Amino acid sequence: MRIGVITFPGTLDDADAARAARRAGADAVALWHGDHDLRGVDAVVVPGGFSYGDYLRAGAIASQAPIMREVVEAARRGLPVLGICNGFQILCEAGLLPGALVRNAGLHFICRDQTLRVESASTVWTGGFTTGQEIVVPLKSGEGRYVADAATLAELEGEGRVVFRYVGGAPNGATADIAGVASADGRIVGLMPHPEHAIDPLTGPTTDGLGLFTSVLGAVAAA
Amino acid sequence: MPKPEILDPQGQAVTRALTRIGIDGVADVRQGKHFELEVDDSLDDETLHRIAGDLLANPVIEDWTVRRV
Repeated sequence: MRIGVITFPGTLDDADAARAARRAGADAVALWHGDHDLRGVDAVVVPGGFSYGDYLRAGAIASQAPIMREVVEAARRGLPVLGICNGFQILCEAGLLPGALVRNAGLHFICRDQTLRVESASTVWTGGFTTGQEIVVPLKSGEGRYVADAATLAELEGEGRVVFRYVGGAPNGATADIAGVASADGRIVGLMPHPEHAIDPLTGPTTDGLGLFTSVLGAVAAA
Repeated sequence: MPKPEILDPQGQAVTRALTRIGIDGVADVRQGKHFELEVDDSLDDETLHRIAGDLLANPVIEDWTVRRV
């Protein structure tokens, strides 16, 4: 299986995302923001960082990049897509996921190991977890407060599309403690914390994050 | 501008800073963005609104107005 990892100007976590994909047993394929080419990958990770310096709004410029036109089109046909941190912001700006990410309520950038509860194990990126399972992965963001209008929130909650929630309250003030959400078909997932930094006990707090990458491998292999 | 229901912690920080420079009577500050575009006369209002709604603002969290000067 081939997992594509996009690099935009200002992306920081593409190397770790590629490493996580390889650790899970996939081939990591580098995708470039300026190309109209997904290189035949079976899934795409939009990694974290500060694409285009967060100019205009976090993720706003990247959501219009040539590679994102291809991702949006392929995602609408069912290509699994995972957006992490800035990648989550990009997927929201591109209209692939509902809601938006805004400045942390306390204004401070937050960098810490964060406990999350897996609220849905029925997405292609979380099939290897059990619902209610708690995982610990790093959170590092300044604009991680998830917001959406009341109708969107009711839809997300009603359809079980809140995928991850902060345990012990959202440190960034996110609505309903939401850390990650999914598309209606469960093939597009975005979250603010960083599972790709928690795949190796040498470099992360746990190996819990690897589960997202092994989950998509299982889902694609089973398809 | 951030929609009224969106918490604006930057605006709140500015409000607090105003009291620190000795100004009373400012109940609330909301912080937004202002863009100045130099456009051809041929660009109609509909296009300007499309520019605002599709790129310059995020309609999920922001309201906007367009003004020709």
